[in-house]
Amino acid sequence: MFAADSGCWFTQKVLCWRAAASVAWSVLLLPASTAAFVVLSKLSVLHPVQMFADCVSVLLSAGSVFSFVLLAGVIIMVGFLTFEYYTVIPSIACSKVALLGQLLHPRQLLYCLAHGVMGVVVGWSCAVTIGYRYERLAYLCPQKDRDGLLHMCLNEHHLLLLLEGGFVGLSHSLLGVIQNLNYVSFGTVQQHKYLCFKASLPLAAKCSAAQAFYSVRNFVLLYFFLGHIPRAWMCKSLSLHLDSSAHPLDSISGLLDLSLLYLLWISATYLLFSWYMTLLLFRIFVTEAYSFPVQSTFTEEAPQCLPKVLSEKQPMILKFLALQDLSLLSQHSPSRRSQVFSLSQPGGHPHNWNAISKECLSLLADLTQRLVSYHETVATNGRTKSLSSGSDRKTSSESSGTEDLASCRPTFLMKTPASVFLRSVGAGPQSPLTSPFTPDLDSPFASPTLRQLTSPVDPGSPWHGVVQSPHVMRRAPKLWSTSTDSQRNGSPPASPATLPTPKPESSKPSFLAQFFQNRREQVKHFMAKRMLVMYLFTKLPEASSQALFADGQAHIWALDGLSYLVQASFTEDQFGVVQTTLPSILSSMLLLQEAVDRHFKLPHASSKPVRSTISLGDSSHKTLRFALRATLKTAIYRITTTFGAHLHAVQLSAEHRKRLQHFLEYKE
Amino acid sequence: MCSLTLFPPPLPDGQTTLCESNNELLSGNNTQNASPMSLHFPRESLKLHSRTESSSKAAFLDHSETLWMRSAAAWRDGGLTGLLNEITDSNSEVPKWLSVGSGCILALLRWMSSFHGSLFPHLTLSSEDMIAEFSQVLNWSDCVVRAFAWHPHTDKFAVALLDESIKIYNPKSTTTPTLKHRLQRNVAAMQWKPLCASALAVACQNCVLVWHVDPCSLSARPSSSCAQVLSHPGHAPVTSIAWSPSGALLLSASPMDTSMMVWDVAAESCVPLQRVGGGGVTFLSWSPDGSHVLASTPSALFRVWETRMWTCERWPCLKGRCQSGCWSPDGSRLLFAVEGETVIYALTFAGAPADISTSSLKGPQAAAVVADLSETTFHTEDGDLIVGGEIQSLAWDPRGERLAVLLKGDPQATNRPAIIAVFKTRTSPIFELLPCGFVQGEPGVEPRMMQFHPNFQHGALLTVCWSSGRITHVPFYFLTSAVPLVGLSGSPSLLHPLERPADFASQSLFTELLS
Repeated sequence: MFAADSGCWFTQKVLCWRAAASVAWSVLLLPASTAAFVVLSKLSVLHPVQMFADCVSVLLSAGSVFSFVLLAGVIIMVGFLTFEYYTVIPSIACSKVALLGQLLHPRQLLYCLAHGVMGVVVGWSCAVTIGYRYERLAYLCPQKDRDGLLHMCLNEHHLLLLLEGGFVGLSHSLLGVIQNLNYVSFGTVQQHKYLCFKASLPLAAKCSAAQAFYSVRNFVLLYFFLGHIPRAWMCKSLSLHLDSSAHPLDSISGLLDLSLLYLLWISATYLLFSWYMTLLLFRIFVTEAYSFPVQSTFTEEAPQCLPKVLSEKQPMILKFLALQDLSLLSQHSPSRRSQVFSLSQPGGHPHNWNAISKECLSLLADLTQRLVSYHETVATNGRTKSLSSGSDRKTSSESSGTEDLASCRPTFLMKTPASVFLRSVGAGPQSPLTSPFTPDLDSPFASPTLRQLTSPVDPGSPWHGVVQSPHVMRRAPKLWSTSTDSQRNGSPPASPATLPTPKPESSKPSFLAQFFQNRREQVKHFMAKRMLVMYLFTKLPEASSQALFADGQAHIWALDGLSYLVQASFTEDQFGVVQTTLPSILSSMLLLQEAVDRHFKLPHASSKPVRSTISLGDSSHKTLRFALRATLKTAIYRITTTFGAHLHAVQLSAEHRKRLQHFLEYKE
Repeated sequence: MCSLTLFPPPLPDGQTTLCESNNELLSGNNTQNASPMSLHFPRESLKLHSRTESSSKAAFLDHSETLWMRSAAAWRDGGLTGLLNEITDSNSEVPKWLSVGSGCILALLRWMSSFHGSLFPHLTLSSEDMIAEFSQVLNWSDCVVRAFAWHPHTDKFAVALLDESIKIYNPKSTTTPTLKHRLQRNVAAMQWKPLCASALAVACQNCVLVWHVDPCSLSARPSSSCAQVLSHPGHAPVTSIAWSPSGALLLSASPMDTSMMVWDVAAESCVPLQRVGGGGVTFLSWSPDGSHVLASTPSALFRVWETRMWTCERWPCLKGRCQSGCWSPDGSRLLFAVEGETVIYALTFAGAPADISTSSLKGPQAAAVVADLSETTFHTEDGDLIVGGEIQSLAWDPRGERLAVLLKGDPQATNRPAIIAVFKTRTSPIFELLPCGFVQGEPGVEPRMMQFHPNFQHGALLTVCWSSGRITHVPFYFLTSAVPLVGLSGSPSLLHPLERPADFASQSLFTELLS
């Protein structure tokens, strides 16, 4: 209750204002891009004076004012949709089917539909602005019919622009899903908003021109083959006639009109550019660093303080901004660091430091657990083990259906630690299709056992969401030669790096489950032979790894924040509050290091980032795992370089001590 | 203000500087004494490439290709200019209007670029000349050792040689990895990543390479898959790179590009920071506390960036471009030298901004002259020796006690050699430079570049690369006034550098070089 409140204040007081400011700026910039569009659409090298006069008259006419108001409405709508649909954790589809599922999700369909409609509106204003033969949908037919009556005829050029707008809008929204346009990434360096915007402007222009080119090419092809359908439909519904004297546009000669193609391309570019601008401005505004107070003298402001905000789960961007602020304050501001290291006035407890370090450590522990369980899954190579308790229901429900999209649903419906990151719309349910998770689990070929294993039993507490399956627990001591006890000893009771108590071993699987299991294997074998099915269900390379590190930015900041604070504590921490947590910080970092190293040794994980093509869709999520690996190493080195030989006095297990020695000797 | 007249006279011919002890520079004439510590790369031992890229290309190009194929290849290799060139050259195969039109466009492009070049003359230089012009190394194109980099935390270093290879020397291992890469050409600078054992960034002609050399690996020839290639269109040649002291970011600069790149190396992504004035960025230096970055341009202008919000302060110079600069260890003071002037300037910055609200850069109003290095004539036994003039590079030791200045000299005049002048620096009560002495090598050999060891226990250790291909280390033994060293029990131990100069230069350092 209280937590929901504290998340709310941020949405109301900060996020909404930022979104509103970004939309306001994009509306303010609209006249400039509109003017550029008008000039480009009227472009004629031979008659510059005429062109100039045309442009001025168009820009000052009443029709253009109306269309401008309409365009402003579209921009506001786009901004609103961006605000509703943005996410700080990319949703990564692990197979073609999952991608299809994302595309066909009702929420996504609504988004596409809205963009299609807005595209038509923009197409209409473009047509009106261009004028000439594009201006009206209907005109008076030149010939009379048999009865000698005049009829209204359909202007196909106008229709073409409308349809093109809709097509570009739709393809933009669909491509947005594939390119993760809704993913908001945080920049490597902090810059002022204006400079950010100025730097990204050429990219937006380039991307929109290129994207418009491909969209127009596809649209022209589509119209060539299917153009008669919308034309006939328009004629029928508006009782318009076709001008038999005019040349139909869905023919080669009709479409090979250079000025027509140029105008189509220009208007598509204009549409995409104005939308990209809105998106860019939104990203820049919403990712601007926000400075949370470390502590407040007033109790009513306590929920807005950094230690409290860090543990928030909704909205996700609040957590991200808080972690970013933590990382910035730990690097740049000694005065705020001293507040972190301070003791509470009555009592003398380091509440601030405890809360911050606890949250960061639980983030790291969570990632470690995720990596371990993923490694388990891959190590067993998808082979089924005996079922554990609670899987009976799921097994029966799954194997009763065939291996189609429907059977994927249970997989998606699981709450994974990562899926909770996704920002849910208002109070509505979490969109199930967008939850990223490991590939084997997305694929219906994977056994339900494994799915169950990797899903936390309690979805409500994902941050304490350590793997609670008996399978993993059984192997845990074997994998991690450091016993959990030694960890406990070294860390205070408040440390979150605790492991869950193992559940009692489950009973043997029932006969029914065994039967279904066999059936399943058969179906699986049968389906594996079909090409299309294999195509749809094979994992996309790297996607699983990307999905695992989808929220890596949070971990990077947590590592940065912790290591800088520990480094600063060497000179600034007067009361020694950091010293009590140092063993658990070191051990959780080393555990994570071990898990990350193992992950990168997996055969499918590439060791270097691939070159991304230039697009506005942010591809930084693809390289997050490399950034995390580098940050982790740097963070450990930062601590070992600062403390040097003093680290020998820190209580650690023998294994970790050995590892740490490597770092002290610069041999990692 | 300190000037060269206060310096002790240079050594007579045949004497080399060995070390500083008890506040004076000691010299010796026996070169055998210094040789165990030094590393020698004779020019003859390097296998140099005799062919350039373009000549081999002509030998292999298949001229029977169709025009279409050739155009596509030209577009890929040379971009628009290459394509236009190809079309203009093959005027027998293309329609006349096309070849004439492309010829016209080409002429127009050339005219425009020459106009641009007249604004910024450095743009007309070739890549190699440009690196030689803006490098911190004296006479770069003729250097056997083109770049040198100490590891910031351990006793290993990397040496880039004229044959485009990089060798890594580590006293704790017997292997000497040699790094070679297809793109590793004309290395202008190198730097190890701080807070990391393995990453070495190399500024090459067309890109920045980041090598990951596993310190535990026994391989003598790491494969080129160990290197990350960071390139950005238009960002070549790279003449300077700088890691942030926290190891998170890498900056790279090119005189051809008005923006400097901030690389997130792990993700291989970059953020261009563009400021048009100046026409490029030639030299970068990140302050040791990480709060400021010096970025000089080919014009008479340099910038000091603040790394919190990446805003910058413009510093126009009167005479020429900023040739070199160095930061005090606490990042509060910047010393720099301007081309065409013979003085060292100092800028003092307030401490790092405390909070976001006060993040704007509050810099000084004007630079102060702290040392005058104008030409001074010393009368020695071998005749008059002129010392002084323009400054090639500056280096400040990590404790902020010794400042080494590499003076350009005059290659034509025999009595005006390039020389390293070393100052003592004092920050309290006021900042001042005091004369220490000249560092000289064997006769006829001039210093080309220098670097201080980042964590030398007994004072400062200056590593000098000479024109003969020799690399020597000159230790300066002193006690730090600010931070008393643990374990050195107050007084400096009695040194006998003339007898055993290698004793105090941490024996473990170069043991493998003895062989």
